[in-house]
Amino acid sequence: MNAWFDPLFWAAFAAGLFFTRRERIFWPLLALGLLLLFNQLFTPGFFDLEVRNGQLYGTRVDILNQGAKVMLLALGMTLVIATAGVDLSVGAIMAIAGAVAAQAVTAAALPAPVAIAAGLAVAGLAGVWNGVLVAVLRIQPIVATLILMVAGRGVAQLITGGQIVNFTDPTLSFLGNGYVFGLPFTVFLVAGMFGATAWLTRRTALGLFIESVGDNETASTFTGLPAQRVKFLAYVFAGLCAGLAGLVAAANIRSADANNAGLYLELDAILAVVVGGTALTGGRFTLAGSMIGALLIQTLTTTLYARNVSADIAPVPKALVILAVCLLQSPVLRAKLAALGKGRKAA
Amino acid sequence: MKPRLSPQVIPLAVSAAVLVILYVVGCLAFPNFGSPRVLINLFGDNAFLGVAAVGATFVILAGGIDLSVGAVVAFTGIFIASLVGQGYPPPVAIGLALVVGAGFGAFMGTLIHVFALPPFLVTLGGMFLARGLGFVVHPQSLSIDAPFYSDVIAQTLSIPVSPRLSIPFTAVCLVLVVALATVAARWTTFGRNVYALGSSESSARLMGVDIGRTKILVYTLAGFLSALGGVVATFYMQSGNPASFVGLELDAIAATVIGGTLLRGGVGFIPGTLVGVLILGVIQTLITFQGNLNTWWTRIAVGGLLFVFILLQQLLVRRKPGTR
Repeated sequence: MNAWFDPLFWAAFAAGLFFTRRERIFWPLLALGLLLLFNQLFTPGFFDLEVRNGQLYGTRVDILNQGAKVMLLALGMTLVIATAGVDLSVGAIMAIAGAVAAQAVTAAALPAPVAIAAGLAVAGLAGVWNGVLVAVLRIQPIVATLILMVAGRGVAQLITGGQIVNFTDPTLSFLGNGYVFGLPFTVFLVAGMFGATAWLTRRTALGLFIESVGDNETASTFTGLPAQRVKFLAYVFAGLCAGLAGLVAAANIRSADANNAGLYLELDAILAVVVGGTALTGGRFTLAGSMIGALLIQTLTTTLYARNVSADIAPVPKALVILAVCLLQSPVLRAKLAALGKGRKAA
Repeated sequence: MKPRLSPQVIPLAVSAAVLVILYVVGCLAFPNFGSPRVLINLFGDNAFLGVAAVGATFVILAGGIDLSVGAVVAFTGIFIASLVGQGYPPPVAIGLALVVGAGFGAFMGTLIHVFALPPFLVTLGGMFLARGLGFVVHPQSLSIDAPFYSDVIAQTLSIPVSPRLSIPFTAVCLVLVVALATVAARWTTFGRNVYALGSSESSARLMGVDIGRTKILVYTLAGFLSALGGVVATFYMQSGNPASFVGLELDAIAATVIGGTLLRGGVGFIPGTLVGVLILGVIQTLITFQGNLNTWWTRIAVGGLLFVFILLQQLLVRRKPGTR
């Protein structure tokens, strides 16, 4: 099916680039396109798609499926960063949520929906904890969320008793491995969460409130915005997103691993948001940009694996991408480049 | 009038009290806890963390953050192990590793200053870079077999206290680094510039502090001390492993905060960080002595202490506005 699908894919991508040419998501989208183009030309098999038992398989499907965790995290992280904060604890919250759900279906023998609800509830509580520290006690976000980042994995291990908890529950593992309409369930989960978040922030005034608080908290308060409540809700939402990501991560491997679930994913999520065009200083945010940022990171990782780069060395190219993106977004470098361009024109 | 503690000193006084209380509790609960060997091991086993945490403290005092500590420590270890394995004399390998560490810090500092990038992202990139490069140098754990390590460091340079007990060289390194860093922070122009920069960058600039030089120097020093922490770790472990010390940067930051340094910069003391490191060490020792508790309690206890100290700082800062 590649013969007819690939031209269609690239036509759609080009159309996407054309329609976003004046938007902030143009640059990350272009980077993603270039990376995919590189794979189309030089990585054999990368663009193969096939239908087996009515289910679609291929590297691009894997990217969507594997990238789901960071995309979910990036949704919550975008809103937190937009309020000029940051949440370092989402990786640890993932581990806690996975541990709770796994213990609920195994040790407590509860039905899967209850286990999922329990995992999400505990993740929401973790978000409430972060929110209280930031919005009520006014502790700076890096420090406030550092506490749960340090202690969270300990809590997760406490829940699992230090063991890796394996489970066989079909409903819970469906979250990470299930297929619906020929596509992985995670694709629909991410699309649904993205749609709901985008609707909440762009079709109501909530998004404007968040941007206002991130831009200037004092001014927002004087305008009558409940600045602290907005911040509090952002952290709770980030906690819930992390909980969902943690359930997907546990479902993927049908076990809860308190040590390694979501390890370093908080950093990937922050990176996805920044690559997508939301500045760490807060203010304006773009959810679509964060999704593209997450896909870019996952595509980079998958490309490295497809080209037989060892998983251990993979951080090196990732680091170079982080630094390159930081440099491209640096106002100082942009000003210097602009001055250089002007100098040439004058000469 | 009663002399009152300045609010800047209170967190340090509290953490010193916590350290003493934890130690005394340990001595009362376990018969062998008070032995000199436990005390010496407390310094020796946590020396690499202490040395690296001193670097992290300088960065935090200057209002920045360094996430690359653990990765640089691991990189240094495998770098030295690989060089020694190829036949380089250990002192040369150690010297090269220190230069590489300082250069790495200078590179990050330059990016942060020249391009006005957030330290969080730059040092995050530095963390991934150093972690990956460690695996490029050598993909697995590598032991160091050199007479320099087994004889000179382990025996000649350790200070005998009694026939059966001696102070390991790593502990000596830790105390030396803390002493030198305390002097550098308190009684040199560089130290005063670091405090000024961390209190308020714009005021520091108006006072004539060379912001760029100070910033780049601070990250260079942190890179150097992370590498030195890595060197001390090789004395302790007699091997290098590119996968080791994951999350050490968190312990370093936690030790700094527990030691009374404000994470927003400008306030704190280097000896406080030593106290913080020793508190982490005592908690670990207590949990080891207790035997029934699992290691994850360490992380929960550290998180809890972190919470208490951050809350304490918050209250002190709020009660006295203007003192920061």
